[in-house]
Amino acid sequence: MTVLELQEVRGPSALGGGWRRSLDLLLLIAVNEFRRSYLGTALGYLWSLARPLLLFAVLLTVFTQAFDLGERVQQYPLLLLLNIVLFGFFQEATTQAVSSIVNQEAIVRKTQFPRLVIPLAVVLTSVFNLGLNLVVVFAFILAFGVGPMWTWLLLPVLLLALFAFTTAVAATLAALFPRFRDTAIIWSVAATALFYATPVLYPLDILPDPLRELLALNPLAPLFELARKWVIDPDAPWPVAFDSLAWLVPAAIFAVVCLLAAWIFRREAPRIAEEL
Amino acid sequence: MGFDYDRRPVVIEARGVQKSFRIPDHRVDTLKERVLHPFAGGQYRELRALRDISFDVHQGEFFGIVGRNGSGKSTLLKIMSSIYRSDAGRIRMAGRLAPFIELGVGFNPDLSSRENVVLNGVMMGLNRKEARRRLDSVLDFAELREFADLKLKNYSSGMMVRLAFAVMVEADADIMLVDEVLAVGDASFAQKCLDVFRAKRRAGRTLVLVTHDMATVQSFCDRAMLIHDGELRYIGDAEEAALRYFRLNFAGAGAEGGPPEPGGVPDVNVRVVEARIENENVEQGKPIGIAVVFEARHDLDAPVFAFHFLDADGVTVFGFNRALERVAGGERVRIAGQIDNPLLPGRYFVNCWISRNRTQGDLALHVVRLLDFVVYGTRPGPGSVAVEADVEATIERDRAERAP
Repeated sequence: MTVLELQEVRGPSALGGGWRRSLDLLLLIAVNEFRRSYLGTALGYLWSLARPLLLFAVLLTVFTQAFDLGERVQQYPLLLLLNIVLFGFFQEATTQAVSSIVNQEAIVRKTQFPRLVIPLAVVLTSVFNLGLNLVVVFAFILAFGVGPMWTWLLLPVLLLALFAFTTAVAATLAALFPRFRDTAIIWSVAATALFYATPVLYPLDILPDPLRELLALNPLAPLFELARKWVIDPDAPWPVAFDSLAWLVPAAIFAVVCLLAAWIFRREAPRIAEEL
Repeated sequence: MGFDYDRRPVVIEARGVQKSFRIPDHRVDTLKERVLHPFAGGQYRELRALRDISFDVHQGEFFGIVGRNGSGKSTLLKIMSSIYRSDAGRIRMAGRLAPFIELGVGFNPDLSSRENVVLNGVMMGLNRKEARRRLDSVLDFAELREFADLKLKNYSSGMMVRLAFAVMVEADADIMLVDEVLAVGDASFAQKCLDVFRAKRRAGRTLVLVTHDMATVQSFCDRAMLIHDGELRYIGDAEEAALRYFRLNFAGAGAEGGPPEPGGVPDVNVRVVEARIENENVEQGKPIGIAVVFEARHDLDAPVFAFHFLDADGVTVFGFNRALERVAGGERVRIAGQIDNPLLPGRYFVNCWISRNRTQGDLALHVVRLLDFVVYGTRPGPGSVAVEADVEATIERDRAERAP
């Protein structure tokens, strides 16, 4: 029999049991969840694609027929499709993350499970969905005659930033929900408001000035604006003037949201099992 | 049992562990209420679930934690399992830990058992490769190889329990923390668990068992700890811990310890010196030779020894009582003889309920699982017993003739 060294039991935490174990669990859960939703049903993938496409069709009709965005914005249909898919990822991941920890009550209360893995797995599953949806988006882009550009290679940078922000919001919501059960309602309203406050339906540069400057503070705005410039329309304006230091504000908000998420989750993680 | 645990290295060391739960008088669980009544959440009662608990568990030891519902024993297990965080004190452990607060927790009904087993293995601290490597042995142990790709929601509850148990066995952790797992299955399942735990002990594994079942504690644990109202009341000999538990349970709060009150709280206090079945296993139809020796620790006034024979499902098949006038403390009681054996082939258990003054309605205090044995033979049948049946089958001639 080997003699093992005594090690302190530190109690539950965001990533209890080590990085390695958390990563293994994260991958297993996300892959299983993803497979379940796609391989389980024959039309699984089509359904998940149908939702953004349907929303796209409706919005495209409204904003090109009722309003004249189609004429004022270069490649508006492509921009709209890309934006819907990107924002759809953010909305799906955060909305499902809200109740994720409560839904996994048995695991949280009865096993030694790294708490952060639960909302992370939700986000990762949505990342897989986003990957599949982006294939369709790029098929559309090529079909509409927008050729491949070297700036497409910069898209992963934007996606990583989007994943980071989504993860931060998802973790915060998941940590708060066990204590404040109206988080779900508040977030469903807030996410809808954010949908309109983010340049999804419109690019920022067509807005009148005080409103444009206000919406440019949204940390998601530069991501969507840069995606437009790098993926669809290289002639689109830069999201913010880099000489004015105005870009520091959304960047700072972005950083604060991420730090706040880390702080809240670390604080709540040890007690989540007791709140359920 | 002669287990020299003191010489083995310590694998669990708890020092001054404390835990309180805040129970709000008026629970504020929405942001809206928090905003509208910012100071309303301040009133709560504090429930002290654990106060200053310290103990050591040694390698290869089977350690019982007993106590009433709400005594804090499950809270302690959850702190050891990193599910709750203690308020003060510290716990140190050596080796990989596998907690089993409930069988099959974390199983996803929408996944196949193959996927669930891998996931569970990773939850037990294996890496993915190791978990996949153990997959075969888990499925073999559970005898579910043909159903490996079936979704768990299509499993019967028996299959589910088998799978959950196999996962637990094959997790092969250095320390297993088990909470009332034996209570979910039937007696044969409990027996299988115990057999496996014994094998684990031989392999040097450590087991911490939280249970209500004193028979298990007495026959199985090397040492045990009694927790009452969050306090450590006793730690040491398993039988003594079980005994004190019985006294607490049947006597109500505050009566633990102290001399027995005449006519009041029944106090049965015996130790099993020896219990055996002749030849260990019994051939079908041959009488069962049994010999049990108890030692009384206190004076017993008119004790009754009730022997129950249970089948593998935990159903009592038959039983008998033997009573004595009086046994003085330190005296030994020998109960031995031959019993007619109507039992069909199968596995059986013998429990003994020791009570005092049964006729005056005193509670049975002391339940001991004494023995288990197998009846072997070639004449199986329905139920548990074979009886002489003087019954004939004939055709009613005259009725058959009358029928057109």
